[in-house]
This record gives sequence, structure tokens and C-alpha cells, in this order.
Amino acid sequence: MESQEIAKNIALQKLQDWDKQAVAEVIEFRGETTVVVPASQLVRTAEFLVSEPSLRFTFLSDLSAVDRFPLEPRFELNYQLLSIEKALKLRLRVKLPGADPVVPTVTNIWPTADWHERENFDLFGIRFQAHPDLRRILMPEEWEGHPLRKDYPVEGFR
Amino acid sequence: MTTTKTIETAAGPAQPMVLNMGPQHPSTHGVLRVVLELDGEIVLSAKPDIGYLHTGIEKSCESKTYSQCITLTDRIDYLAPLSNNLGFCLAAEKLIGIEVPKRAQYIRVLLTELTRITSHLVWLGTHAIDLGAMTVFLYSFREREEIMKIYEYVSGQRMMTSYFRIGGLALEPPPDWLDRVRRVIDAMPGHIDEYETLLTQNRIWMARTKGVGMLSAKDAIALGVSGPLLRASGVPYDIRKVFPYSSYDEFDFKVQTQTAGDCYARYQVRVAEMRESLKIIRQAMEKIEPTGPFRAEAPGIIPPSREEMKTSIEGLIYHFKIFTEGFAPPPGEVYQSIESPRGELGVFMASDGSPKPYRVHFRTPSFVNLQSLAKLCTGRLIADVVACIGTTDIVLGEVDR
Repeated sequence: MESQEIAKNIALQKLQDWDKQAVAEVIEFRGETTVVVPASQLVRTAEFLVSEPSLRFTFLSDLSAVDRFPLEPRFELNYQLLSIEKALKLRLRVKLPGADPVVPTVTNIWPTADWHERENFDLFGIRFQAHPDLRRILMPEEWEGHPLRKDYPVEGFR
Repeated sequence: MTTTKTIETAAGPAQPMVLNMGPQHPSTHGVLRVVLELDGEIVLSAKPDIGYLHTGIEKSCESKTYSQCITLTDRIDYLAPLSNNLGFCLAAEKLIGIEVPKRAQYIRVLLTELTRITSHLVWLGTHAIDLGAMTVFLYSFREREEIMKIYEYVSGQRMMTSYFRIGGLALEPPPDWLDRVRRVIDAMPGHIDEYETLLTQNRIWMARTKGVGMLSAKDAIALGVSGPLLRASGVPYDIRKVFPYSSYDEFDFKVQTQTAGDCYARYQVRVAEMRESLKIIRQAMEKIEPTGPFRAEAPGIIPPSREEMKTSIEGLIYHFKIFTEGFAPPPGEVYQSIESPRGELGVFMASDGSPKPYRVHFRTPSFVNLQSLAKLCTGRLIADVVACIGTTDIVLGEVDR
């Protein structure tokens, strides 16, 4: 457990040494580190984390969103990063406004993000700029609304 | 779906044929639709179309208490319900910050390893039947049934067990349950030999799987593929070893890898994993003490024992409160991943300090692994698509959630 915590701080340390602008906020909870990154810095930061030889976050485990409605910024996107080589984990978080949630795609960096981004587009209505094939994935094509948003009822009429 | 590709034929340029495979097709293991573009028998592109089994489990979780969500997790991957229970419970326990007694952890390990075996047995049987070897299916389901009987004996249910609860287990296992486990796992190595006799050196099996569905280590990592698929491509990544949970660090087992990265290598990895699981189960049986706590003690979060609920007033109050309004973890987010039979099962859980999870997300291995299907079948024959679908070992309930 302890060695893991020190290791996590290495990833954070490297990130802060590289560019202070990229780290808007750091959250530590239950031994997990979350780095909040401005949406404009996401691609740059991701590229750095993948290519930095001491980190090598080449594996994107998961990408999921949280809707904080009615708070602003409304959406949080969580990128769960994993470095198989160095056995490190890190979570990147991007906060997006409710009015026009747009974020650049990371499919060029992690091709696995393709379906994850489609899923978040489908269920949350978050748009991923320059995504190669941004269509609904789980819901039918003609579905109206985004079911995992908090203002979408669990049952009954919409 | 319209196609923009043109292909050269003897009669001049033509459009490739678009073929729908599924959603009602026996070898798609559920309701998977694959849109294939074909040049004769060669697959030019394969696009999986999913969502036919989408039931909104993540949304449903938001309107239930943490404990109530466990029954939904069984239904995500219905071939490995206990792995899902474990992933969800570990995430909730991390969120609350409680430690489960060692005895319960070992019982969890034993049962999840049995789950790995049943899941691999279903995969083996169905994969073989897809490729024309029917006998294996009949054998593997015979053994699976024996393990299902253990589930039933321990938890009261064959499939939707919901046996792991936040803080431990639902109930104390029956006193002689380990004898039944021993009987099954003593017979298991012989049965695995039986399957291997039927397949490992079988010329048809080798012709259908060797060199089919190639996936390099680099592609596997880029596509986020995990579990036996990743290990068959030569990456020794197993969450049980790298980020141990539920005391897996106390067990002695090897991470099984192959380097070929084809369907045959994945077959070898999974068969070897079944043998490793048997090793873990034997060790767990030694470690499990006949008596001891099976639930953590955390008043107000973990239900008190039956005895305490009936004899003490505090116990009764806690029991009532836990089952009516639930418990409230502190606000925060956790991500807990476990090695399910199919790969990395991750549970992302966000709490806002209320008794219901604010958001639960399941990073299911089938969903991510299915993305690699296009890579596996492009350029191969249409008959190989069946082998490729079988080898990714998808459960559509888990893909669509």
C-alpha cells in the first residue's frame, strides 16, 4: 500500500514539474490520486503521460462521466489511466459546462477511447471533438435525450 | 449502412457485399450484431453493433441503496456473478473505508476462483461447439453443473447468487461445504485433461484456431484489451498480482501467458488459468478457518448478527436503519478494478454523502474487448469471424449493461 502511494506521487510530481498549468487541482481520496486538468490542456497532458519514459500510461482503463446537475461546471469526465510497465494508476478529470459540453477526443492517443467516448456521448450528451465516428452506441439511433443525465427520470414519462 | 469501398472483380469494379451477422445468430453468444463487408469470403471490415441488451443498470443503481445494487451486479455478467459481486463490494468497502475479516476474504477468493472455472468452462464449451467440436460442450457443462451445486449449497442460488455483501458475506456457509468443494476440485484436473485430449492436439481444432485472430501486444494495449486476451499476446498483466485485492498477495500462483496472440494461444491461456485457479482454491481451503467472523464489525454500516439483532436494542435499531434507509459513505470517488474471468472489471463509484450511490459505472471487460473484434477478423475468412467472436469470450449482458 505504502509503496503504491509513493509511486502515485511520482506521477503527480512529474506532471507538476512538467507544467504547472496542466494541474488545476489535486484530489487525494482513499489512496487514489485525481488530477483535475483544464479541458484545453487535456490532449497535451495525455500525450506527456503516455510518452514520459518514467510513467508510460499507455493503457486507458476507463472513461466515465458524472453529472453534477444543477451545479456548474456540470459534467466531470474521469480518465482512469494505467501504466502496465510501471504499475501506476492515475485519474485525470476534466470539468465541462452544462450548456455545451465539448472536449477534444483522445482516440489518437488511446484507440480504446473510441467506444468509451461514444458511450459518454450516448448516455450523457458530451461531444468529443474530432472523434472518428461519434454515434450512439447503446441506445437506438432515434432516441431522444441522454439517459444518464440527472434531469432524466428513472421511470415514467419524460 | 452504405459502403464507400469498391473492389476489383472479374467483371470489373463492384461494391463489397454487406452481410448482417446476428443479432439472432447462435455463434454470437447472445444478441450481438456484426455488420460485415465482404469481398467474396474475405472480411474487409467488421463493425459490431451493440445495445440490444441495454437495461440501464447504471441508472437503476442511482435510485437504490448500496446494498440493493448488489442484486443488479449479478445480472451484468451472468456467467461470473460472484466476480461482479466482489468488484462492487470492494468498491463500496473502499468508499466507506472498512476492512473485511480475513476469513471472509479467503471465502471470497475461493468462490471467485470457482467462478473463473465455471466461466472458462462455458467459454470452452461454446467456443468448441462454434467450431464444430460438440463433445466438449457436453463435458464442460457437466462439470459446470457440479460447481453450480456448490453455489446453491452455499448461497441458496445457482446463478444470481448475490452472496458477497458490503463488509463480508450474506451468511455463514454450511458446515460441510468444503468437503463438497474438495470433491469437485479433486476431480477437476482429470476433467481438464479430458478436454485437452479432445482439443489440444486435435488437427481440426488447431487448423481453426492457430494463426487466426492475431493480436499483437502493442495493439492489445492500445485497444485496452485485458484478461486472457492480453496475456495471450505476451503481456503478463494480471490485477491479482499487480494490484492485489482480497488478500490475493498471500496466494501462490503463476500468471499464465503465451506469445502467439492467436485463438489457440488464448485457448492455452484459459485452460492453464483453470489449473491455476484450482491451485488457489486448494490454498484457500487450507486458510479458511472452520469458525470465525464472516462480516466486518461497523455499527450502522454492516448489519449486526441475527442473534444481536434479537437480543440488543442497539442491534435492532441498526438493523432497522440499515435495511430501511441504508448507510451513507463520505463524499468522494473511488475506482476499484478486479481480475474477472474476462479481464479488468472496474467499478467507478461516486458518493455525495447520501445512502444511494450518486453514480456507479461498470468498466466491463467484454465491452472493451469486443472493440478488438474488427482488428481480429479483418482480412480473414468469414468462417474465422465465428472463431474470433468465440475467442474474445464476450457476455452480451456485460457489454450492454
